[in-house]
Amino acid sequence: MNAIAPAGPPLALLAELTHRCPLQCPYCSNPLEMVRAAGERDTGFWMRVFDEAAALGVLQVHLSGGEPTLRGDLEALIRHATSRGLYANLITSAVLLDAARVRALAEAGLAHVQISIQGAEAATADRIGHYRGGHEKKIAIARAVNDAGMALTVNAVMHRQNLHQLGAMIDLAAELGAGRLEVAHTQYHGWALRNRASLIPSLEAVKAADALVAERRAALEGRLVIDYVAPDYYANQPKTCMGGWGQRFLNVTPDGRVLPCHAAETIPGLEFERADDRPLAEIWRNGAAFMRFRGTDWMQEPCTSCALKEVDWGGCRCQALAMAGDASAADPVCGRSPRHAALGERAMAEAAAPPPEFAYRRFGK
Amino acid sequence: MSQRTAIGGGSRPSLRRGARRHFDAVRNQNVLQGPERIIVLDEIGCAILDLCDGGRRVEEISALLAARYQGDAAEIEADVTGFLQELADKGLVSA
Repeated sequence: MNAIAPAGPPLALLAELTHRCPLQCPYCSNPLEMVRAAGERDTGFWMRVFDEAAALGVLQVHLSGGEPTLRGDLEALIRHATSRGLYANLITSAVLLDAARVRALAEAGLAHVQISIQGAEAATADRIGHYRGGHEKKIAIARAVNDAGMALTVNAVMHRQNLHQLGAMIDLAAELGAGRLEVAHTQYHGWALRNRASLIPSLEAVKAADALVAERRAALEGRLVIDYVAPDYYANQPKTCMGGWGQRFLNVTPDGRVLPCHAAETIPGLEFERADDRPLAEIWRNGAAFMRFRGTDWMQEPCTSCALKEVDWGGCRCQALAMAGDASAADPVCGRSPRHAALGERAMAEAAAPPPEFAYRRFGK
Repeated sequence: MSQRTAIGGGSRPSLRRGARRHFDAVRNQNVLQGPERIIVLDEIGCAILDLCDGGRRVEEISALLAARYQGDAAEIEADVTGFLQELADKGLVSA
């Protein structure tokens, strides 16, 4: 058995309170097989998870979904998390909120709200989210978040059908009073992988976006923090996925399973334990799924001899599985992967063809 | 849209909305948390932020710290200004 260095404590917990969502974004990060309402865990379960997470060393809890505001106990969960010293962050589409509930969330202790936008104007945005009136609602709620004294982040997921609006989306985030904007090129897992041909931009469009973000970031320094998630199909260096598998981050699904990342269920052969069957600390330290790709001992060439193996930790395991058919292979995004060239060629070919219709994210298929 | 927060001697800094201090008992350290940000604070960082109440000016904060640590006032004001400007650019301090 290989010696695996003991894990330090995690920094952040993604709490997927539900997979239900009124939007149907074709790049949703939820799995294709979602948990239905009947499988969701109750208030007491999540409170115990937050207790254990705080004791384990988690500092920030991201309340997410699906759409977390569908949970009537959201205020109680925020109050509980905050009472344990956790920094509470809500990741929401905002379309189900009103100003009164925004104030109630702030009073419960919520520190930060992230609102997704799908475009710079309603016609594009509502088509992508497949929800009429959504864009207008998001703008109203962003203002309500400001008025309630919480920090606001605007999340912009970018792809070939909205990348031409990036400049206007940056302007919108600034105009809404966001302190932070996350410009995230789509990552191709789950629904986004299914819709990749409808979403993947051309290399030229990506280069233009890179340049635009660099320019606007400099111009807006000190007013709007812009975090940029690069489109890694056109990269040479894989992303440091999750800050390293089982090193910083854990995810709890709506039915209570504990995952090293939200897409980990795509990897066959991994078994995910439930937070009510075993203490969270034990799952984190010794759970088989967390141990499987923690550190570097699981690696094969070209990772094993790579000087950067403790920088990017081999990149994304789910992408290795999806593209290379082997979750232990180097992330094919890496220039040292034998599959790298084919990946870029396929991306460019898909981007050059007309985009197929979206397969919207829905329960059932 | 707001202008860039520029920290100077007359600025009256305070934590921006969404920025919260926390003692991380597991790692035995003080942290400043914000949107997707965790910043570890050393003793001096804590001492500076303790004095940032939105009322005191940077030059007053620096003078208090210079007296407490018996340091060079100008040097300390430069350090305090640099520290707070960095936090302002990260969106964690306003003035």
